[in-house]
Amino acid sequence: MKKHVLNWRLSILLSLGFLFVASLYSLCSGSADIALKDIIPTLLKGGGTPEFSILFDIRIPRIMLGFAVGGSLSLAGVILQGMFRNPLVEPYTLGISGGAALGVALCIILGLHRISPDFAMPLFGFAGAFAVALPVSLINIRKGMVKTEGLLLTGVMISYISSSIVTLILAVSRTEDLHSIIFWIMGSLEEPSRALIFIICSLSLVCLGLSYLFSLDLNAFALGEEEAIHLGINIEKTKKILFLIASVLTGVSVSIAGIIGFVGLVVPHFVRMIAGYDHRVLLVISFLTGAGFLIFCDTLARTIISPVELPVGVITGILGGSLFVYALSRKFLMR
Amino acid sequence: MIIEINNFTCGYGSKVILNNIDLRVEKGEFVGIIGPNGSGKTTLLRGITRLARSFGGAVHFNGKDIKEIGFREFAQNIAVVSRDIPSTEMTVEEYVLLGRIPHYRQFQFFENGKDIEIAEHCMEITDTLKFRNKYISRLSSGEVQLALIARALTQEPVLLLLDEPTAHLDITHQVGILDLIKKLNREFALTVIIVLHDLNLAAEYCDRLVLMDRGAIKKVGKPEDVLNYRDIEDVYKTVVVVETNPLSSKPFVLIVPEEVRKQCKK
Repeated sequence: MKKHVLNWRLSILLSLGFLFVASLYSLCSGSADIALKDIIPTLLKGGGTPEFSILFDIRIPRIMLGFAVGGSLSLAGVILQGMFRNPLVEPYTLGISGGAALGVALCIILGLHRISPDFAMPLFGFAGAFAVALPVSLINIRKGMVKTEGLLLTGVMISYISSSIVTLILAVSRTEDLHSIIFWIMGSLEEPSRALIFIICSLSLVCLGLSYLFSLDLNAFALGEEEAIHLGINIEKTKKILFLIASVLTGVSVSIAGIIGFVGLVVPHFVRMIAGYDHRVLLVISFLTGAGFLIFCDTLARTIISPVELPVGVITGILGGSLFVYALSRKFLMR
Repeated sequence: MIIEINNFTCGYGSKVILNNIDLRVEKGEFVGIIGPNGSGKTTLLRGITRLARSFGGAVHFNGKDIKEIGFREFAQNIAVVSRDIPSTEMTVEEYVLLGRIPHYRQFQFFENGKDIEIAEHCMEITDTLKFRNKYISRLSSGEVQLALIARALTQEPVLLLLDEPTAHLDITHQVGILDLIKKLNREFALTVIIVLHDLNLAAEYCDRLVLMDRGAIKKVGKPEDVLNYRDIEDVYKTVVVVETNPLSSKPFVLIVPEEVRKQCKK
């Protein structure tokens, strides 16, 4: 018994360390290089200096957003993979991202993003996400029972439908709109509104706490839904709440940061390979590792060919995908 | 009366599988459910555990309608060893500890000393302590069954439901598993309801047998009353010979291949 508690502490410490290092790396790098040892003096000195505003107004908000979005997406991934007992499920499988993309695309071609640049796009993204999540869940909740396979299939189908409509919108939109839609879809951690950043940060932490209440239920789900019932779990209630938490996490992340792929699929997988099946530790480590991973990828995205900033989704895709293939091949070799 | 089934009809979706079942099980009994494939043995268990849909009648557990019992309370009293083999990457100990979930207090996320003590005790009884750190996926079929029973016992149930725990096992393990369940039944007054395919195992171990046929109960009684060639031939549609085990004086059932049947007719 003692052994796994030790492993848990170690893995939590490791993921915290990774998050910390990634944040420091992100603080230091950029078009203006600020040395590691200068960070604390600059911040302590207070406002006024250009270094202070770079750190405080540009880099720290980005890190906070990376923390919230990365953490949210991989937390949603762990929850959904555990709930569906399917390692290939990710937050975007349920069609939420497709809906958000559709909402934002509509917002842009209607020109509404010019009215209130800070809030219109996230609002439409969120509305789109829920316009999809709602029918997906309503179709599959019959007589109080959630049909798990149906939820997946309808989610995938609705994704296809909404991405076709987005393609249609792209085909008929003007060049400058085209550019904004595509850049939004590829995802970015650039977010001017402090308020939104604070909202998503606190929301993601609240969702982490809420989902932790169901960590034992998720462990029991690993045995199958019927066995979970035998262990005294009200699976229908649990599934509904977890689906809601995952939808909120995904919907909010996507509507603020766009569709940043792979974090919600790869990080939970990777963490599960290292820390085992137990959700009492998986939920926390996934959140922390996802947060660190996205902060790290975002730093790469804005520094690799600076001053040009790459879409962060490209980096998470390439890095996450290669890590995943590597980890899988290792896993097969070990068998 | 620990289980009282009255005029119970159940099934799945809109399909009725069991029709107007009546059955009473006393505390401390060891009851076997037998019958051909598709006769509703498993559905009877699932009716008790509420996994089958009820269309009428009622099942009472300790005088309380099972529909009224909360999930947690249910799992604190009734444990199920089903045919599903856990396919997860878990060690035996981690798996057995899941049996404590129904007993956790609200906001308790981690097992305390008492939970571990109970889990260890259950692993000791089932002789699974020696592979407590092995992964479930690496166990033999016999070892998996023992681990399943250890997890069920960790729930500290008063009623244990088992669905063919001896399927796919050799005779040593069949006898081992059933001896263990019998011991639990006798020493801890654990009530057992068990689905068995093997009529001879059922005859040797069960106090009472429930013979099922096409969604109804054909006969209930002591093994020597239920296992007579007329009822068995009627339900299973095959020719059998019923003899008595000279050591236990329980009935045993022999099958007769078609070739032999033809020769006998001649």
